[in-house]
This record gives sequence, structure tokens and C-alpha cells, in this order.
Amino acid sequence: MAEVEIKQENLVYAKPRLITDNVMHYCPGCSHGTVHKLIAEVIDELGLAERTVGVSPVGCSVFAYNYIDIDWMEAAHGRALAVATAVKRLKPETLVFTYQGDGDLSAIGTAESIHAAARGENVVAIYINNAIYGMTGGQMAPTTLLGMKTATTPYGRDPRLNGYPYKIAEMMAHLDGATYITRQSVHKPANVRKCKAAIKKAFQRSMEGKGFSLVEVVSTCNSGWKLSPVASNEWLEQNMLPFYPLGDIKEVK
Amino acid sequence: MAKIKGTIVVDKERCKGCGVCVASCPCDVLSLSSEVNGKGYPAAQMAVPDACTGCASCAVICPDSCITVYRQKFE
Amino acid sequence: MAEKEVKLMKGNEVIAHAAIRYGCDGYFGYPITPQSEVMETLMELKPWETTGMVVLQAESEISSINMVYGGAGAGKRVMTSSSSPGISLMAEGISYLAGAELPCLIINCQRGGPGLGTIQPSQGDYFQAVKGGGHGDYHLIVLAPNSVQEMHDHVAEAFDLAFKYRNPAMILADGAIGQMMEKVVLAPQRPRKTDAEIAEECRTWAATGKPAGRERNVITSLELQSEKMEIINQRLQAKYKTLEENEVRYEAIDCDDADYVIVAFGSSARICSATVEMARAEGLKVGLLRPITLYPFPTKQIAQLAARGVKGFLSAELNAGQMVEDVRLAVNGLAPVAHYGRQGGMLFAPDEVLAALKEKLIDKK
Repeated sequence: MAEVEIKQENLVYAKPRLITDNVMHYCPGCSHGTVHKLIAEVIDELGLAERTVGVSPVGCSVFAYNYIDIDWMEAAHGRALAVATAVKRLKPETLVFTYQGDGDLSAIGTAESIHAAARGENVVAIYINNAIYGMTGGQMAPTTLLGMKTATTPYGRDPRLNGYPYKIAEMMAHLDGATYITRQSVHKPANVRKCKAAIKKAFQRSMEGKGFSLVEVVSTCNSGWKLSPVASNEWLEQNMLPFYPLGDIKEVK
Repeated sequence: MAKIKGTIVVDKERCKGCGVCVASCPCDVLSLSSEVNGKGYPAAQMAVPDACTGCASCAVICPDSCITVYRQKFE
Repeated sequence: MAEKEVKLMKGNEVIAHAAIRYGCDGYFGYPITPQSEVMETLMELKPWETTGMVVLQAESEISSINMVYGGAGAGKRVMTSSSSPGISLMAEGISYLAGAELPCLIINCQRGGPGLGTIQPSQGDYFQAVKGGGHGDYHLIVLAPNSVQEMHDHVAEAFDLAFKYRNPAMILADGAIGQMMEKVVLAPQRPRKTDAEIAEECRTWAATGKPAGRERNVITSLELQSEKMEIINQRLQAKYKTLEENEVRYEAIDCDDADYVIVAFGSSARICSATVEMARAEGLKVGLLRPITLYPFPTKQIAQLAARGVKGFLSAELNAGQMVEDVRLAVNGLAPVAHYGRQGGMLFAPDEVLAALKEKLIDKK
């Protein structure tokens, strides 16, 4: 049989136009790259590349601005949603989203996150939950599962010593200003496709002035978890998803 | 009988050899190369090219956007 | 010519009026005594219905300053106001603003510290304002008003300087200036900059949404490569040097023939101008040097007075002795430098300062 010809009309999938040529600094297999790609695709599909401001956090994805070719602001640790609030209020025609890890959004930035959601700011928070502090070397996050070993819970997270993990998505769902709260993952191709649809919906809703959206992405940190990328995806399914179940948590039509 | 066939092009220097694409391929087309790229990573490659349907699962999940997918219908 | 608009109002209230009239795009704040009237007045004036200015009450000072970071990063003219403990909470954000070189206005209507301290006026945040306050090597442009009129005028002045140098600016007032009522001439209303004007004016740096054909703009203070980070620091220092050379503002009262010079800013300077009158009435040649910019500091002007033969300098401040260190550096050993201050929200009276001047400098000769 003939070979598939490498030509434009046969093209099914290519690197998104808005993903830069910079090689990402993330570890091999890290979920960040996959989520970045989805964001780049959605912005382009919505035709908003010239009207988007992204806000990057402190954490591994601090350098998100090197990888998606839009204007960015790098916020202080935890403050991304305060930064985003001002940009959106001052430039309502702009798509404003934050990209934050679990340490950033749900530990040090809890106040900024909850209040941006409560006010119903028309911004989107993309919330990467991998249950660990990746950048600083794998310490316990507020999302770290009970029993999970990290650099600061070397014998496993013990609730008597370290407290319990919490689900900020479910907390936010109680807030009137938060109108779309969903939990996704990117550990399998089908999940990646669903996650993209969720990001697209969230971005569209923010542009329609429908209030605050949170897209939580249950993610891997294979370096922090000390597993191979493929084993991390399996561990995620077996351990993370029972505690952080996937699906829409709230959607106000 | 018409048959859909696919193929992929891997940006070998961008690839970090994480293997997530290999695990995600429904047709077991992919493997990691026995040779390493400039950064020391074994890039993804098509081990069984004839089995590829061009479904793009590998490219969709690739964190580093290094897989381009083509697909063609043969009558 | 249109008639001047003269009003009687509080220092804090006038900040709100001045901001709207300047064409400020956004105010983000959190209530704290003794400056809450700034946001209260803004909310009452509803500028979003007239100029389109955004006014938002945040959940904390930390959030307010980071909202300022977001607004300033988009090239907008944005501001916040607070009082001492609130400014401490903002310290991290202010350092980020300085590091990312974002122009904005921060108002500190000081109260006495440390800690929760008191709600009465103080000048205990001089070091925090002029030496940094947050982490890293940086400076704010710091203006110190001594009247309600200057509170008004400094809003425009601070914004203009902030944008000229892409640097955060602070108005360092205190509870006395903020709470007292005075006559003030209000500036005429100016239009806010349009988004198109901002995109053009701030094309090289602001994150406004990336048009095709320009590089993406990234607001950040991060650079992991030491070689590059040092260059960024050197550029900042060069900017501060330019500020020191070109933007010093001060007022000299009776300094030309003065044997003794009082150095005082803000509400202290107001009190000390009466001290000068009392001293002159007694035949003592006393002058007042009032720094209007605390950073950049009028080092050269004080040094010239010392070189001219002034016999002593008294730094009169509502603190335990902070600006006195900068006066000492300026005088550089040519004459004695003393400090007189009150703390904890206490003000000094003109005759107290004169007594201190005599005791610490004149009678010691």
C-alpha cells in the first residue's frame, strides 16, 4: 500500500500556532505542557490572540510566558487572581486568565482566589493540581493526599501532624460569583479532549460576562512523585481521581 | 475497500522521550528510539508504521507539542 | 478664563477628587484609619459613571497592591492608598512593582507604629518609604505633601513622575494632613487615556493584548540568570541616579542667611515654619529646609548649606530619628546634626522645636 503523503491537506494535528518554539523547561511528561497546548489552541480558535492577557504564577509554570505567544504578567506568589481582576476590570474586552498551581492558588493565594470567585470576576483560573510543590523540590501542598510521601512529609501525610487535604473547587462552588467549576485531567487522550472543551467553555463564558470560572486539572508531577511519566498517569488514575473526581462541579446556565 | 492510514513526524530534538505517547497509542504503533537526541532523550518513533490510523492520540497528549500527524484515505 | 474651583475639604477627600480629575483609570484599596475617606469619597463620587474610572474594594492590602500591579502592567494609571500597617502588607507587591518597573501611585497616610500602634499621625515610615520597605535594591519616588493643596497637586505630580521613569511613586502623608480640612484649588478634569493611546504610549512594555507584528510583552521581575539580573539591577540604579540628578524638589524658607537650619517634611515642616518665625522674632537666624521629594532626597542642597557655614542642622520628625540619617550623610561632618522628634501619634509644637534647637545645637556652641 502507498505511504501517507506529508502535505497540508493530509494534516490532522500540528503544534499549535501560539505555542512558541522555546523548548519547555518542564520535566519529561509533565502535564503543564499539555495544558499549555490546550490553552494556546483555544485562544486561537476563539480568535482572541490579540486580546488576551495571561497571568502566570510562582511555581514551575512561572515561565508559562515563554511558551504561549500572547501578552503576559507574572504575578507574585498566590496573587494572580488579584492581578487578573484589575486587568479584566480595566480592559473588559480582554480575555484574562490565570494559570496557577495548587500551592499558588489554594495555599498562599487562597484569599485572592476565593474573593475573585466570590466577586464573580469575569476571569478564568486554570488550576493545576498535582498535590505537590514541584518547583521547590516536592514539598507537601494543601492538596497532598493522606499518606502521600513528599519532601516535608517523608513518612506520608498524617492528618494529626499535617492536617487534611482540601478541595478548593468544591469550596468555590458554594460562591454565587463562581458560575462554572469543573475538574478535568490530561492523563489520557480522551481526557485531554474533554479538558480542552472545558477550557473553551470557561473562556467563552468569561467573555460573555457570565462570572468566574475555575478549570481544575488533576495533573502529574512525576519528578515530585518519583515515578516515570507513564507510571505517574497510572498513579493519578488510581490515587488522585478517587479523591478528586472528574467532571463539572457547577455550571450556572 | 477504502482504508485510512496515518503517519506521524516527530520533532526529535524537541522530544523528551517521556513515553506518554507510546502508552496512549491505541494501535501500539510507537516506541522510544534506541538512540538519544542532542539532549540525551530517546525520541518517540513509529515502530509499526503500518498500524497507524492517524488518530492523533499521541499528538494530543504530547506535552511538548512535538508530534505532527497526517492522515490519508486510500481507495 | 474659567473661574477657579475652590473647595474646603479633607486631605484624604482631595486625593479622590484629584485622582478622578487627573484621569486616573483605577483605584484599588482596603479600609484603614486614618485614610478610609479616600475610597469612601471615590465610592460616593461614582467616577465609573463619568470618567470610567474603576474603583474596587479589595479583600486586603495584599490584594489591592497586586491589583495595582495588574492595572499598571496593562499601562493604566492606577493607584491605591493605605496607612502604615497596610503598607507593610503591600511591601512584597511594591517590590514586584519596582522590579517590573511599573508606574503607579501608592499613598501612605501614616499612623504611629510599630505593630498596630495608634491611629494618630506619625512619620515613622520614612525608612520604609525611602529605603525600600520590601526586598531587594529599589527605590520609590516619594513625595511628602505638607498641605491639602499639596495632597491634591502631588497626585498629578506623582503619576507624571511614575510614568516618566516607569517607577512606582508614593505620596507619604500622615494622619494630620489626611484628616485636616483646608481650602484647595481643584484641577480641571482631564480625559482618561484611551486604550489606543495606551497601546501606543506603552507599546514596548505593557501587556495590553499582543497585536500581530509586535513581540509579546511580559510583565515580570524574574530573571534566573545572574549575569542578566545584574544588568537589570544596574539599569535600575542608573534610573535612580537620573532621578537624583533631575527630580529633587524642596522648599527653602529663610535658609540664605541662616546659622541654623531645621530639616522637616510634611506636617512636621508645617509646624517648623512657625518655629522659624518664632526664632527670627528672637533674633536667631534659623531657616527651614523642607524636602518635598524624600526620594530623591535634597542631599546637594543640604550639603551646600553646610559648605556655606551653617552651624547646625536639626532634623525634626514625628519619629525616633530616621530622616536625620540622610541629613547627616548630606552634611558629611561639616556641622553638628541633631534630631528632635515625638512618637506614638504625638505632634510637637513650634516652641518645643525651638527649645530643642537651642538645647541640642545653639546652646552647645
